[in-house]
Amino acid sequence: MSDARNAILGRLRASGESGDLPALDTAVLERRQWPAAQRPALLRKGMEAVHTEFLEATPNDWPAVIRAFCEREGLKNLLYGPASEAGAALAAAWPAGGTELKPYDRPIEAFKDELFHGVDGGFTGTIGGVAETGSLLLLPGPAEPRLMSLVPPIHIALLRASTIHDTFWSAVKTLGWGRALPPNALMISGPSKTADIEQTLAYGVHGPKRLIVVLVNDLA
Amino acid sequence: MHAENEIHFRDAAAKALLDPQLRANFRRAMDGLIAKRRAQFPDPRDLQDLRDLSTAIRSRSLLCLPELLEQLEASCAKNGIKVHWAETCEQANELILGLLQARGAKTMVKGKSMVSEEMHLNAFLEKHGIEALESDLGEYIIQQDGETPSHIIMPAIHKNKDQIARQFAQKIKDAKYTEDVDELTAMARKVLREKFLNADAGLSGVNFAVAETGTLCLVENEGNGRMSTHVPPIHIAVMGLEKVVARLEDVAPLYAILTRSATGQPVSTYFNLITGPRGEGEKDGPQEVHLVILDNGRSRIYADPQLRATLRCIRCGACMNHCPVYTRVGGHAYEAIYPGPIGKILTPQMEGVGVRHDLIHGSSLCGACGEVCPVEIPIPEILVRLRREATHEDMGSNVAGKGTGRTATEDWAWRLWAGVSKRPGLYRIATWFATRFGKALPASAPLIKNWTQSRTKPVPARRSLSERMRTEGVPHE
Repeated sequence: MSDARNAILGRLRASGESGDLPALDTAVLERRQWPAAQRPALLRKGMEAVHTEFLEATPNDWPAVIRAFCEREGLKNLLYGPASEAGAALAAAWPAGGTELKPYDRPIEAFKDELFHGVDGGFTGTIGGVAETGSLLLLPGPAEPRLMSLVPPIHIALLRASTIHDTFWSAVKTLGWGRALPPNALMISGPSKTADIEQTLAYGVHGPKRLIVVLVNDLA
Repeated sequence: MHAENEIHFRDAAAKALLDPQLRANFRRAMDGLIAKRRAQFPDPRDLQDLRDLSTAIRSRSLLCLPELLEQLEASCAKNGIKVHWAETCEQANELILGLLQARGAKTMVKGKSMVSEEMHLNAFLEKHGIEALESDLGEYIIQQDGETPSHIIMPAIHKNKDQIARQFAQKIKDAKYTEDVDELTAMARKVLREKFLNADAGLSGVNFAVAETGTLCLVENEGNGRMSTHVPPIHIAVMGLEKVVARLEDVAPLYAILTRSATGQPVSTYFNLITGPRGEGEKDGPQEVHLVILDNGRSRIYADPQLRATLRCIRCGACMNHCPVYTRVGGHAYEAIYPGPIGKILTPQMEGVGVRHDLIHGSSLCGACGEVCPVEIPIPEILVRLRREATHEDMGSNVAGKGTGRTATEDWAWRLWAGVSKRPGLYRIATWFATRFGKALPASAPLIKNWTQSRTKPVPARRSLSERMRTEGVPHE
């Protein structure tokens, strides 16, 4: 429908009085800064307020922390991305028996039913966090497909404290998201929730019912 | 001249006011939302700075709108998102139907989209044998009951949990009656998961479209938006043409003020940035992504320098939450897709100021909407302007339906007023009668009735001012 396109753009152009663009004063965003050491606690406070659960870990013991969680919760299996850095590290440290590590290694068309009905949890890495709002930043893709953090009832996410930004705005600038983005990028700030019935909060409406953040303390 | 019987908002509002359940549902919800929003903006300076920045970003976007839309189209094309344009809702519906039919799609799951409501897309697709299922919990609840949203953010806010419990027990197969919100939510989850799994297509709205990167940003809490846009093989996004912004970093403050203004949340659960269909090596995500850009009267609004501010709206719903009228009558009384203050200026501009004369006048002009608007849309000023437009054809504007809101009675009343005021003798006689017998006039007399329907009848002074000045003189010092 290029007719519609040209007609619409033509009308918009005809009525455009090109005034001066108003200036953008971003001081209100720049004011939102915290020392790196304070960011993890701030992020945690924000996320816990919306029912996110936290597991503390060190750069060495995080796979064991996840393993212990899975055993404790009786997870039959945990979906992971074998090609991702976090996924590979988890698999390398995963003892046989108990919770089975299940790789997301096929196109969804061959995996849909199993993903929707047979997976207890999904494990992903993150590329950072946002302290101000309590959020995780993810770049789903070939190594960690999009649905890993959405379909399983439990989502376990690995977050390194050193990757937490002040605000979403500063993260976008630092990570260069404004220049180029992969097909999907994502910010997650808690388990799936709704308040559509009488404004009563209910968790796990469509996405994960529980979000577990494994917070790795890698600050010097 | 326009028929006087077009005023349905007044009748619908009067009816809504008599429904104590409805009033309680809205009052409770709006009070909660007002308190939550206030808690998110503890520092008035921060709030004002953020509003100023957001307003500037939206104003800039509109100033460069045609260029940004072209840039968005080019960026999307580069990313593999196919862009379509529609002048009218009919065109947009046909376009989407064509996309679905070409792929043999029979079922479509929907993330929340007000533009698709504007298009009446669901009904249109049903007519062509395609099931369009709402998956946002609130939208699912009202679709199941054949209703329309009563709030743009919380579509089922007019219902309480007992009503929803009865409805679910009746409409969901094998459902038991429960008033437990968690259990009700779980029921919907179960039904909708199967729908996501099997849907042939997914549809969503767009909160912000980024021209520079060709990214569609979706704000949501439930995850149904991600389900609708990532699980089915094709994703169709629909947006009004005003939704574009230049850069991704412009989105950050808009997003921050959107969730805080809307539901008093510092952030939504998901912020989903879609920049393309399934990429090289990806195992999931849709094979195709389409973006439908809809005009439906927006370019006409755009043409007017004052009314253009209407298009700054980021659809947070704060104006509704703070509106004394909306809070009392609820969203359905407006008989419009967009209720509340923003709907009162948007709907008449889309459908004609004459036809929706009722909406323009259904406001006390208290100013609360303009005060809370995160992008500083001067809603009261625009309402006043539209009131003038509705009764004047000669204002040199291109407002839809201008001049058609004039009624014979009003016209006659003003002529009479002007005629009397221009003739001092006649004026004296008229005021003499009004002061002596005005009190005796019944409240149901013609003309007076229009005023007294919802107000107390004014009692005229016993003698007019000029009469008193003549007899008492004007005291000096």
